[in-house]
Amino acid sequence: MSANTKQGALYGLLIEFESPSLLMAAVDKVREEGFKKWDVHTPFPVHGMDDAMGIRGTQLPFIVLASGMTGLGLATLMQWWMNAVDYKFVISGKPLFGLPANIPVMFELTVLFSAFAAFFGMWILNGLPKLYHPLFTNKRFRRATQDRFYIVIEAADPRFKLEETRNFLASLGGSAVEEVNESAED
Amino acid sequence: MKSSVTDLIDNTVDDPTRPQELILGGQDFTSITETVSDIVLERKTPKAWYIAFTFTAGLTGILFLMIGWLFIKGVGVWGLNNPVGWGWAIVNFVFWVGIGHAGTLISAILFLLRQKWRTSINRFAEAMTIFAVICAGIFPGIHVGRVWVVYWLFPIPNYHHMWPNFRSPLLWDVFAVGTYATVSLLFWYMGMVPDLATLRDRAKGRIQQMIYGFLALGWRGSHRHWHRYEKAYLLLAGLATPLVLSVHSVVSFDFATAQLPGWHTTIFPPYFVAGAVFSGFAMVGTILIPARQWFGLKHIITVHHLENMNKIILATGSMVGFAYATEFFMAWYGGNPNESFAFVNRAFGPYAWAYWIMVTCNVVTPQLFWFKKIRTNVGIMWVMYIFVNIGMWFERFVITVTSLSRDFLPSSWDYYQPTIVDILTFMGSFGLFFTLVLLFIRFLPMVAMAEVKTVMPIADAHSGERRSVGDYHGDIPRHVREVPDGGGK
Repeated sequence: MSANTKQGALYGLLIEFESPSLLMAAVDKVREEGFKKWDVHTPFPVHGMDDAMGIRGTQLPFIVLASGMTGLGLATLMQWWMNAVDYKFVISGKPLFGLPANIPVMFELTVLFSAFAAFFGMWILNGLPKLYHPLFTNKRFRRATQDRFYIVIEAADPRFKLEETRNFLASLGGSAVEEVNESAED
Repeated sequence: MKSSVTDLIDNTVDDPTRPQELILGGQDFTSITETVSDIVLERKTPKAWYIAFTFTAGLTGILFLMIGWLFIKGVGVWGLNNPVGWGWAIVNFVFWVGIGHAGTLISAILFLLRQKWRTSINRFAEAMTIFAVICAGIFPGIHVGRVWVVYWLFPIPNYHHMWPNFRSPLLWDVFAVGTYATVSLLFWYMGMVPDLATLRDRAKGRIQQMIYGFLALGWRGSHRHWHRYEKAYLLLAGLATPLVLSVHSVVSFDFATAQLPGWHTTIFPPYFVAGAVFSGFAMVGTILIPARQWFGLKHIITVHHLENMNKIILATGSMVGFAYATEFFMAWYGGNPNESFAFVNRAFGPYAWAYWIMVTCNVVTPQLFWFKKIRTNVGIMWVMYIFVNIGMWFERFVITVTSLSRDFLPSSWDYYQPTIVDILTFMGSFGLFFTLVLLFIRFLPMVAMAEVKTVMPIADAHSGERRSVGDYHGDIPRHVREVPDGGGK
């Protein structure tokens, strides 16, 4: 357990688990304890974790829907304005603007805009890219993207009290409990 | 690295009482991480890689030389003649776009259908999609004749005050292929971010840490992130599914909306899509089999995975064969003499040799996959993939060239032959494709580690209760799901 006297403020406490089932049991207890600023870090999305943590649904689908509709509207307007208003050009006697011929581009731009919204919306809602994070100062935490499972409770949580929270975490049966500082210690 | 256990266990036998073992050899999260990331981070680049890379980079050089020559001299360096104004450039374009479709099928459609075996091969197949679309995109770009005005393909304001004609299927193609390339790239990259974070956290060198760290965008495996990430993944899969079906449909409109006998047919969209998936799976297999062999991935990409791919090849190959038969039937039943001539001419005219290569490779070959012995024999299936690749290239050749070379007016008929520039350009595109594949397997995680981990039995948080493969997405509501003891496995 490293001391946080030398460097920076305390970011929080982390606890490590070796399997998803051990993690899941601990998550239930952390949620019941009433913590607000806490998170779980896993190498892959653990099935059932949304419910265990009590995460509410995301608004991402609505953003995607709105963006897709925008794409559809823009595609329709663009084709109508370019071919039927700004540059009228009769070809093979086809109407200047006829829905069937314009559907493929409308479809493609709907999908394109929706995909952009899903991709960029997800990163923005997640607050990424964010190349620095206090957790990256912890060597043990590197296994969060490999084969270990972590619960992190932030010091900013109103219920966080260093000794009490540490004891609480230690009671959860993980393989290690460590302090994480805001900035790296050399 | 290579597990001898793999050779002994046969996971191609279906036992309905038990979930299929997708990952063999007693793997856990640690060993999966090591196996995949060590290929990039730890193992010395094999000599064979350098040899292969030199060869493919040389071919890529030839591609660019040929393109340069084309730009200097014009499309006259190709074998185009008067009735055949669309030659190998279009054939190659359709060939490469089609190949890409397998990647999207694996990453999106099989995902929506909850096919867990996809996790071992989806990264590889998606990468192949992107590289194939890059190769495809070159051909329409260079075949326009006046390349300096190639931007006319796009609705960009210009001093002629002109806009492109949105009533033309060629313009739909620009949007379809452009959207497809973009969405495939986003999907691929997004799926790779958690694995890039794994590489960042395992990298030892400073430069590796910085590059992978930059690409991983600061991913830290937070479940609050995973939650939105999975939603975005599901949405992208839902979007990519109709998209991939639309792309080859739109490509087929390039032909189907023309009035040329042999092209003017409504069966084209589904027939092209089935053919695209067929050829794409063959190409995935062609490069996957050597890769799993050389990089010791036989326990992750098992014979069970390959067998499933072969079943899809059998299904789509049969659809293609059925489409060939339907075309012939309609040519006769429709009673249009031009149409029936076009089809008799395909099978017995000057290009009969190409037609029968196509039929042999695409109709006869995949039917062998009815036999389990063949479906599970790695050597034989690789040879079959090569046949399918050849057959599907010839399919596009037959459709494009035989129809054009003998159209309505016999006085204008002519026989089309490619020039050396045509041939070298096409070979060069293979060079570009394989160069990109080689760079991918050297520098990026070629198996989706995070996704493979979710389908391992130990990934189930409730493994104490029941032993099953984990479900990647779609949670069972809490009131339905039993919360077990939670004590461990």
